Amino acid sequence: MNIVVCVKQVPDTTNIKVDPETGTLKRETAGTTINPFDLYAIEEALRTKEKLGGKVTAITMGPPMAKEILKMAIGMGVDDAILLSDKKLAGSDTWATAYALSMAIKKIGFDIVFFGKQAIDGDTAQVGPSTSEFLDVPSITWVKKIREINEKEVIVERMMEDGVDVVKSTIPVVLTVVKEINEPRLESLKGKMRAKKYEIPIWGINDIQADENKVGLKNSPTRVAKSWTPERHFGKVEIMDGADTNEKVEKLYMKIKQLGIIK
Amino acid sequence: MAEINKLDYKGVWIVAEQRRGILHKVSFELLGKGREIADALKCELAAVLLGYNIENLAMELIKYGADKVYLIDHPDLKDFNDEIYSSAIADLANMYKPEIMWTGATAIGRAFFPRVAIKLNAGLTADCTGFEIDLNERNLFQIRPAFGGNLMAKIITPERRPQMSTARYKVFKALQKDESRKGEIIKPQIMIDSSKARAKMLEFIEEVETTVNITEADIIVSGGRGLGCPENFKMIRELAEVLGGAVGASRAAVDSGWIPYSHQVGQTGKTVSPKVYIACGISGAIQHLAGMQSSDIIIAINKDKEAPIFSVASFGIVGDVCEIVPALTERIKKG
Repeated sequence: MNIVVCVKQVPDTTNIKVDPETGTLKRETAGTTINPFDLYAIEEALRTKEKLGGKVTAITMGPPMAKEILKMAIGMGVDDAILLSDKKLAGSDTWATAYALSMAIKKIGFDIVFFGKQAIDGDTAQVGPSTSEFLDVPSITWVKKIREINEKEVIVERMMEDGVDVVKSTIPVVLTVVKEINEPRLESLKGKMRAKKYEIPIWGINDIQADENKVGLKNSPTRVAKSWTPERHFGKVEIMDGADTNEKVEKLYMKIKQLGIIK
Repeated sequence: MAEINKLDYKGVWIVAEQRRGILHKVSFELLGKGREIADALKCELAAVLLGYNIENLAMELIKYGADKVYLIDHPDLKDFNDEIYSSAIADLANMYKPEIMWTGATAIGRAFFPRVAIKLNAGLTADCTGFEIDLNERNLFQIRPAFGGNLMAKIITPERRPQMSTARYKVFKALQKDESRKGEIIKPQIMIDSSKARAKMLEFIEEVETTVNITEADIIVSGGRGLGCPENFKMIRELAEVLGGAVGASRAAVDSGWIPYSHQVGQTGKTVSPKVYIACGISGAIQHLAGMQSSDIIIAINKDKEAPIFSVASFGIVGDVCEIVPALTERIKKG
């Protein structure tokens, strides 16, 4: 099996601080990390390989520093890693990103492609299914369990708002995974050693035969016209004070009654 | 990419969502907003409805504001299928060329709209919470949160058509249902060929644990690590029950195995925007706030008065959640 896992470097929100004056995020305090959902994608890719044999390749599209997360993927046990990085790719939206990734994935060769459900910076959840369309293969999003898998087909449980859809697909396929699917392993010592020595190949758009008129900021269908930090409610909380629990609860009770939350 | 003539594209389309014969309410909400945009653009508002034996639902969409409904009723559309649905919508859009096309940012909408956008060479903006129109250029401003709600962005699709977006549930207001409203139901000739679909739905398993789905609920009572142990989640369930609400949870509570993942609110869980969100023993990590800060009223109960949850709350109690929650439940029961 040729298994590909797509990963993304994102700002590390676990270390991010909130500005106490404005209630806004201090983005400069954040480092970078691997998108949390992608750890589940890597783990599922590794488990699939352990079951069916083959090879796992991790790929990311991003600036040179995105190598760090590929090293992490190698530390966890993926066989190969590729950095798709080219100035012409900068500013690509989900359409253009999916196009570039699909060209790279075609070059790698694939049976199953795993993505995390979404990246926590853009929050779009669009690149996985869009990539599958460019690859002309089925996509199953928000997978919480692989029930059965063999070389030809896969049966998965897909998380919906009201329950689970059980879906069967032929292979090749693109799957995007939610965190319930597994418990990601940590990087092993051996993996870390290998990651240290591993030279990550860097592919540009010529390496994947991508059309430069389909990628980058100016060829992306969508554009960010403006961005801003939303106003927070910050510091406006009304605290229900009281000498004891009963007094506090009484005040809250009156408040929620007044608001019509209870009749 | 070949340039298109933007003026060839007319009309606002809402791709309605139905599951097992029930329309998702986000479809009505989008018809409400779509009506406003279509009127501003002086064009038609149409709904698109796919499914099997669902002709009776088409009139509902008209009563909520659609001028016409494109209805495709076919046995192969009975269950949602990413490939069949995206092909049908793309074929329809190629045939009629809408200027704007929206669907709900639900599990289904977010699964298949990206595939449609690729087929149409169109731009797609995810999970929008606001729309404005520039009447000169006829460009749609698509407003959406990113970075877990910590950044807002205004997105445009300047050159491509249709301008496609998925839009968040419970943000836009549906119009009052107008029983007397008339409209046209059109049954376009679209080839539905399920033999081309490589994935297929085998069965649906309804989740039994939740009585109320948290993305649907008007009131959510959520519990976090401050509860101390899984047994104390009972208090959360009891408060939710007297309020007629659903039970949510923080990531910490889910990761500790106190409650299933489907209840998790936040960046790696579900985004909710109920009328009332009661956070009990949840400190309010940024990742949690990302999933609930657009709720209308937030009530926080936490022993640490410095907890970040109070920064987004409207009301709060500083104290022991294990004392306050049962006392509140009792007080409500007493009436």
